[in-house]
Amino acid sequence: MSTVDIDIQSAADAHGHDDHHDHHEQGFFEKYVFSLDHKVIAKQFLITGILWAFIGGLLSAIFRVQLAFPDADLTFMKPLLGDWIDAQGKMDTEFYLAAVTMHGTIMVFFVLTAGLSGTFSNFLIPLQIGARDMASGFMNMLSYWFFFLAGVIMLISLFISTGPASGGWVIYPPLSALPQAMSGSGLGMTLWLTSMAFFIVSTLLGGINYITTVINLRTEGLSFSKLPLTIWAFFLTAVIGLLSFPVLLSAALLLIFDRSFGTSFYLSQIYIGGEALPNVGGSPLLFQHLFWFLGHPEVYIVLLPALGITSEIISTNARKPIFGYRAMIGSMIGIGFLSFIVWAHHMFVSGMNPFLGSVFMFLTLIIAVPSAVKTFNYLTTLWRGNLVFTPAMLFSIGLVSLFISGGVTGIVLGNSAIDIQLHDTYFVVAHFHLVMGSASFFGMMAGVYHWFPKMFGRMMNEKLGYVHFWFTFIGVYMVFFPMHYIGIAGFPRRYYSFTNFDAFSTFTDLQIVISVAAFITLAAQFIFAFNFFFSIFKGKLAPLNPWRSNTLEWTTPRLPGHGNWPGKIPTVYRWPYDYSKPGSKEDFIPQHIPFSQTPESNTDMENELGKLEEEEKKDLGKSSESH
Amino acid sequence: MSSSTAVVKNPKENVWSGGNAPMKASYGKLMMWFFLLSDAFSFSALLISYLMVRFMHPQFTQPYSEFYFSDQHWPIPEKVYNAMPFFHGIEMPLIFVGIMTFILILSSVTMVLAVEAGNRMDQKEVEKWMIWTIIGGMTFLGCQAWEWSHFISGTDVATKLSDGTMFFGANLHANQYGPPLFADFFFFITGFHGMHVTSGVILNIVIFYNVVMGVYERRGHYEMVEKVGLYWHFVDLVWVFVFTLFYLI
Repeated sequence: MSTVDIDIQSAADAHGHDDHHDHHEQGFFEKYVFSLDHKVIAKQFLITGILWAFIGGLLSAIFRVQLAFPDADLTFMKPLLGDWIDAQGKMDTEFYLAAVTMHGTIMVFFVLTAGLSGTFSNFLIPLQIGARDMASGFMNMLSYWFFFLAGVIMLISLFISTGPASGGWVIYPPLSALPQAMSGSGLGMTLWLTSMAFFIVSTLLGGINYITTVINLRTEGLSFSKLPLTIWAFFLTAVIGLLSFPVLLSAALLLIFDRSFGTSFYLSQIYIGGEALPNVGGSPLLFQHLFWFLGHPEVYIVLLPALGITSEIISTNARKPIFGYRAMIGSMIGIGFLSFIVWAHHMFVSGMNPFLGSVFMFLTLIIAVPSAVKTFNYLTTLWRGNLVFTPAMLFSIGLVSLFISGGVTGIVLGNSAIDIQLHDTYFVVAHFHLVMGSASFFGMMAGVYHWFPKMFGRMMNEKLGYVHFWFTFIGVYMVFFPMHYIGIAGFPRRYYSFTNFDAFSTFTDLQIVISVAAFITLAAQFIFAFNFFFSIFKGKLAPLNPWRSNTLEWTTPRLPGHGNWPGKIPTVYRWPYDYSKPGSKEDFIPQHIPFSQTPESNTDMENELGKLEEEEKKDLGKSSESH
Repeated sequence: MSSSTAVVKNPKENVWSGGNAPMKASYGKLMMWFFLLSDAFSFSALLISYLMVRFMHPQFTQPYSEFYFSDQHWPIPEKVYNAMPFFHGIEMPLIFVGIMTFILILSSVTMVLAVEAGNRMDQKEVEKWMIWTIIGGMTFLGCQAWEWSHFISGTDVATKLSDGTMFFGANLHANQYGPPLFADFFFFITGFHGMHVTSGVILNIVIFYNVVMGVYERRGHYEMVEKVGLYWHFVDLVWVFVFTLFYLI
C-alpha cells in the first residue's frame, strides 16, 4: 500500500518536468512482461484475448462437428481429443457438455470481458483523457497477471482426465455442486471456481483503476461532457463490473462451501443414484438469482465497450459529429442501470413466482428504449455522411446490423409467456450470439483495426481486413440466423444429439449448413491472425493521425513512450466530434485546438469561449513575467 | 452542443472540467471508496441470501415463553445467543454480542481520533489512537472466537433432531438450535466478516508500524491512516447490519 503515495509524488513530478521521461533504460522483463505501462498491459490483454478466442472458437468447431454429423466417425479427432473419442469414433457425451461449457466461459469472460474491456480500457483511457498512465500502474499490472493466472488454471482444467467443468457456463447447482453428478463436476469444477475467483480479482483491480483514472486524471479542459463516448462506455462498464462481480464472488464462495464443506446453501432433498443426500433447506433458485445478478450486467459489460468503440469509429469515418451525444451517454447510463434490475428474465421457467416474472418482463422490455436510441443515433450519424469504409468502419456497421437483428429477438424472448416455448432452445442461442457475442466481437475487431496504428505504429493490411470482414459478417449470419428456426421448432440447446428425436430430423440439413458456415468463419479468423501478427513487424509505417480523428491519442508520437506525450499534455477545448464543421477548412478539428484559433467555424458561444481563452493566456503571460 | 445558454462561463471554474482531482480526493482514497462499494455488494448478496433462506423456513409460531430448539423451525436469536463467559447457566440474551458490538464501535471512534491526529501531524497521538484501534479489533476477534466456540460446543441440553439423534452444538451439517442452514449462514457470514476484521487489524498494524517509523511524518501527510480508517469504518458498518439481521430480528 505504501507505494501508492509515492506514485502521487512521481505523477506530480511528471507534470512538473516532463523531459525526465524515457531516460532510464528498462530491461526486457520490466518492459514487456511485468510492465507498468498501460499500453503494454493493453497489448498483453489483447494478445492473450486473441489466443483465448482461438481456443474458444476451436471448442465450438468441435461441438459443431458433433451436431452436424452425429453419425460420422470422428476418429480423426483422436490425436487432439484422445480418450474423449471412443473406440467407435463417437464423441464422449460428457466431453460434449464440457466443450459447450468451456466455449461459453472462455468467450464471455476471457475474450469479451478481459480481451475487450481489458485491452481497450487500458489502452484508450489514459491516451484519450490525456493522462501519463493509469492511476496505479502497479494494480494495473496485477490485474493482468491475475487474469493470466486465471487463464492458466482454466487451461489446465481442459487437460485433466475427468474433464473440465461441464454444467454449462452458468454452473447451476445441484449439477455443479455434487461431484458425483457428472465427471466434470469434480476437479474440473473446482478449477473453474478457482480460476473465476482470480478472474474476479483481476476485474475488480482493473475496474477500480479505470474509474479512478477517468475521475481524477482527465487533462485540463476535459470535462465529462467533452469525454469521447469510448471513455464513457469504459467508465460505465467498469462501474457495472465493480457492482456485479462481487455478487458472483459471494455466489461462488457459497458454492465452494456446498461442494467442499458439506453446507446446504443451494441443496435440498436430492436423490442421486437412488440415494437421498442429507442436505435440506437450501435453494438452487438462490444460486440462479445471485448468478444472474452478475450474469445479466455481464452482458452489458461485454457489449458497452463495443458500443463505445463503435460510436467513435462511426463518427470518425462518417466524417460527422455523433448524432445525439448526450442521448448516447444517457442511454448508456440507462442501460447500465436497467441491467441490474432485469436479471430474473433468465429464470422465467425456473419455478419463480409468475407475478415476479411479469415485473421483470416489464423492466426487460424497457431496455429496448435506450438500445433503440443508440441504434437510431448510429443510423442517423451514418445518414448522409461522407463514409470512409475502413475495415474498422465495416466492423462497426456490422455491429449495428447485428445489434438490430439480435436485439429484435430480445424483445420476443423478454416476454415471459413466449419464453415458455423458447426457453433454452436454439432461439436463445441465436439471440445472444448475435446481440452480445457477435456484436461485441465485431466491436473488438473494429477497435483492433482502428487503434492498431497507435498500438504498434504500423498499419494493418486493408485488403485482408476487407476479406476478413466479409467472411466473418456473412459467416456469422449464416451460423446464427438458421438457429432461430431450429429454436422455434423447439430444439433444446446443449443436447448432444438431435437425431434421437423424429421431430428434429428435418433440420439435419440446416445443422450441416450452420456447421460448415461456422468452420469457414473460424478459418477466416486466421486471415485476421496473420494480418495482425504480420503487421506488427512488417506493416506499413503508420502516419500520426491515419483516420484524421479528433481525439487526443492521435496527438502523441507514432509510438508513444512511457508517459505518452514527450512534452506537456495537451489541453482540451472542445468535444471530440467536430467533424465537417460548417465554415472550417479541414473536415475535422481535434480536441486540443482552441476556439480562438478557429473563428471561421465558431458559433457565437464558442467565440465567447475563444475570448476567454485569449484573456487567460494574457493572464498567464503576466503571471509568468512577475515570477 | 452549444448555443442554447446565453451566459458563457469559463469552463475552468468547474471542478469537473479536468486537470484536477474533483473534490480534492486523491486517487488512492477514491480507489478505497470504490473497493468498499464493491465489497458492500458482496456482503449484500450474502445477507439477502440469508434473509431469503430464513423466510423460506417455517417460523416459530407458538408463544415466546414456550420456545424450544428444533430443526423444524427457525430459532429465535436471543434464545441462541444468551451465554456469557464466567456466567454459566445464567440467561443473558444478547449481552455478550452487545459488548462485542460496543467494542467494535469504540474502535471506530479511536480510529476517527487517529485520523484527526494525523490531520494535525501529531505523530504521538496517531500512535496512541492506532494502538487502541488495534486493541479494539483484536478484542472483537477474541470475543468472536469465544462466541464461535460456545456455538460449536453447545448448551447443556441436547436437541433431538428429526432423524431421532440427540445433538449438541453446531457444525456445517447439523446444529442443535435450528435448521442446518441457520448455522451454515452464521458461520459463513460472521466468518466472512471476521476475515475482513482480521485483514483490517493486519492493515492497522502495518500502518501503525509505519507511523512509528515516521514514514508519514517524512511524507508530510497521514493519508494512509485515513484510507485504512475508511476500511475500518466500513467493516464496522457491515457488522451493524450483520448484528441486526442475525441477532435482533
